[in-house]
Amino acid sequence: MSRLGVFVCHCGENIGATVDVTEVAERCKHMPGVAHAEDYKYLCSNPGQNKIKQAIEEHQLDGVVVAACSPRMHEPTFRRAVTDAGLNAYMCEVANLREHCSWVHEKADSTTEKAIDLVRLQVEKVKRNKPLDTIQVPITRSALVIGGGIAGIQAALDIADSGHKVIMVERSPALGGHMAQLSETFPTLDCSQCILTPRMVDVSRHPNITLLTYSEVEHVEGFIGNFKVAIRKRARMVDEDLCTGCGECLQKCPTKNVADSFNEGLSMRRAIYVPFAQAVPNIPVIDTENCRKFQGKKCDRCAKACPTKAIKFDQKDQIINVEVGAIVVATGYQVMGTERFPEYGYGTYPDVITGLQFERYASASGPTQGVIKRPSDGKEPETVVFLACSGSRDAAKGVKYCSKICCMYTAKHAMLLKHKNHHAKAYVFYMDIRSAGKNYDEFVRRAIEEDGVKYIRGRVSRIYEEDGKLIVKGADTLLGGEPVEIKADMVVLASAALPNHGQGELAQKLHVGTDPYGFVAEAHPKLRPVETTSAGIFLAGACQSPRDIPETVGQASAAAAKVTALLSRSHLAREPLVAEVNRKPAPQFSDCTGCLLCETACPYQAIGHEEIKDRNGNVLKTVAKINPGLCQGCGTCVSLCRTKAIDLHGYSNEQIFAEIMSL
Amino acid sequence: MSSISHHDRQTTSLANKIQEVTGVALQNCYQCGKCAAGCPVAGDMEMPSCQVLRLLQYESPDYDRRVLESESIWLCLSCDTCHSRCPQTINTPKVMYFLREEAVRQGLAHPKSKDAQAFHKAFLGSVARHGRLHEIGMLMNYKVRTGHLFQDMTLGSKLYQKGKLELLPHGVKDKAAVKKLFKRTTGNKE
Repeated sequence: MSRLGVFVCHCGENIGATVDVTEVAERCKHMPGVAHAEDYKYLCSNPGQNKIKQAIEEHQLDGVVVAACSPRMHEPTFRRAVTDAGLNAYMCEVANLREHCSWVHEKADSTTEKAIDLVRLQVEKVKRNKPLDTIQVPITRSALVIGGGIAGIQAALDIADSGHKVIMVERSPALGGHMAQLSETFPTLDCSQCILTPRMVDVSRHPNITLLTYSEVEHVEGFIGNFKVAIRKRARMVDEDLCTGCGECLQKCPTKNVADSFNEGLSMRRAIYVPFAQAVPNIPVIDTENCRKFQGKKCDRCAKACPTKAIKFDQKDQIINVEVGAIVVATGYQVMGTERFPEYGYGTYPDVITGLQFERYASASGPTQGVIKRPSDGKEPETVVFLACSGSRDAAKGVKYCSKICCMYTAKHAMLLKHKNHHAKAYVFYMDIRSAGKNYDEFVRRAIEEDGVKYIRGRVSRIYEEDGKLIVKGADTLLGGEPVEIKADMVVLASAALPNHGQGELAQKLHVGTDPYGFVAEAHPKLRPVETTSAGIFLAGACQSPRDIPETVGQASAAAAKVTALLSRSHLAREPLVAEVNRKPAPQFSDCTGCLLCETACPYQAIGHEEIKDRNGNVLKTVAKINPGLCQGCGTCVSLCRTKAIDLHGYSNEQIFAEIMSL
Repeated sequence: MSSISHHDRQTTSLANKIQEVTGVALQNCYQCGKCAAGCPVAGDMEMPSCQVLRLLQYESPDYDRRVLESESIWLCLSCDTCHSRCPQTINTPKVMYFLREEAVRQGLAHPKSKDAQAFHKAFLGSVARHGRLHEIGMLMNYKVRTGHLFQDMTLGSKLYQKGKLELLPHGVKDKAAVKKLFKRTTGNKE
């Protein structure tokens, strides 16, 4: 006969106001198997926990039921308390009298009766509980970082600096992401590439970082501490070991008319190319969609020009399998293209460009070496109109959310225009100026006060071409909605930041949640901002929502701290609530008949099989075997097993049936 | 709950009536001004559409009256540019129609709206009688109502020469059904 203790908590007024707590404790005393019962105002407090500990010693209790709030809240607290008193943690159960009773019912006798029933269920369960020990799972002490923009770079460097191995996967041929495309950065106007490229070099030289560019995550399986990842390393057609980055091949390529994606389509590149001059790694890639050789024509000029014979036209994609303990998602964003705006010309007016294209014009490494020109005729624009909130905060045709970075970079763009061309006129149409951040509002005021940028509050209704000018029709809501018309040479849309292309597929491979817009969802918006909904997978940067560089770097370092905390342990303690196939004496060995239906049904690939052999090695029986490290305790196999050979520790059939029968 | 939600707004306000009758939620307007920016007649309005909506958002009797007495609501052409471009999909033309009806109901319609009202009456009168529009009949009716007897006469003769205007009305067969329709929608007022 077991000796159980029942502890009923008032939770202040939370339970006490609707449930007669003293009555519950009194009635519990008479339940068979209960040796002690009492109530207390706050059991989770230190004195409350001490009461439980004292009672365990005083009454020689071998099991405890705490009737209090949800076990999600304080189960660990109470389990720790009973462990301190010498009991096994899993000999303590929580009856949820708050969420399941007092909060959802009125004060009444029937409410108290329900509370007593809830306690009775747990009493019957604890009677059948067996001591369980936590499962220790070894951790693979290395990390995978997906995305080689500033978020991924920062996270990878921080993890690598702490002494752990990092594998970095970048989809494009070079590191840097969008930050490498920017000209100057707000609010300091320091050169983006100048502060970024040293970090890119750090990544490539770091002894703890394995850099895989032009590669994508193909497949992910496993769980926290033990992920198995297949990475597709796409064929560059250039041998990375032989290539010296001399650039001879680039000069000889006869295909010169491929839109340069690094320059946002504003210039042309060859079929064999390095995205930009400071690219890391400085190894060219052959764009097989545009290379003559791959279009069935005769051409091997690049191969002939190569002094080290590094061009390999027969290179194939490679699948690289790695094992890591943690994953950081840092896949960034993309901007909404001009073709998404019907009233601004559907992308048909060449001089209506995106903010990212303006960055390329303003950048010294861009198509015009930093001179701001317009795409249609290459002339320097005199009047430029900037439209904030292009697609953002537009529930009808764009996205509902604020893209956050546009207010600041629009001020920067207008400022850069005025700095490069003193006679130019800059107009900004805005709805609100959102410039919260260190030195941010000062920066916007500087654009208005010192550089004379004209800010007009209102959205632009339409843009059309007339006599070589773009007519921008807006209204000034600060003048009571008075129509404003500006003849512009160029219009820059601060277009909305969207989840990067391929984000949805990657999220599915990783089993991480996304928000309604397609951004990676955080585990908790306030308290767990860099964790995803899957344990062991973290996030950093604009893949979560649009954010600027300082925020991204801060978040990347935070994600890295989480990863290093995880990797600093050699083992991970897991709850022992896993399924097990029973064993019996010979000749039965087990109720399992070896049908192995459970093997295919298991969502975590945790079930395999084992052969039971006699002394001479003859196989007597084949039975299912569950890997406790992989099992998540979902119970699918338990309900499926035809011979009831599988039981879930902590939730055995016997326990569940006893609970039901007690009612 | 201490905060003011749309559940406990004052029920007599114009904004509330608009939501009830037209389904347009004026609190959704965030005053970006895109409607006024694209409006072909905004320049002629003493207050463009975004300001009309702003005044209604206050839900104050004084501002409601100012809107109903304004000429702006009569100038709207119902071209739907504002509605099709509105980031919050607010159906401003529908609101304008409602405001005109309300202004007439309350006897607050702007003096300059007389012609517009006369046209509406002449148009609907013709449709009520014949089941479809009889242009010449409607024009005559309009001219008598407004006194603009010789306006657009040259245009009228050109239209007639091109066969755009018929002397006699071509009514629909089931006039009783049309009568029933009008009775149901207007409550037998017109």
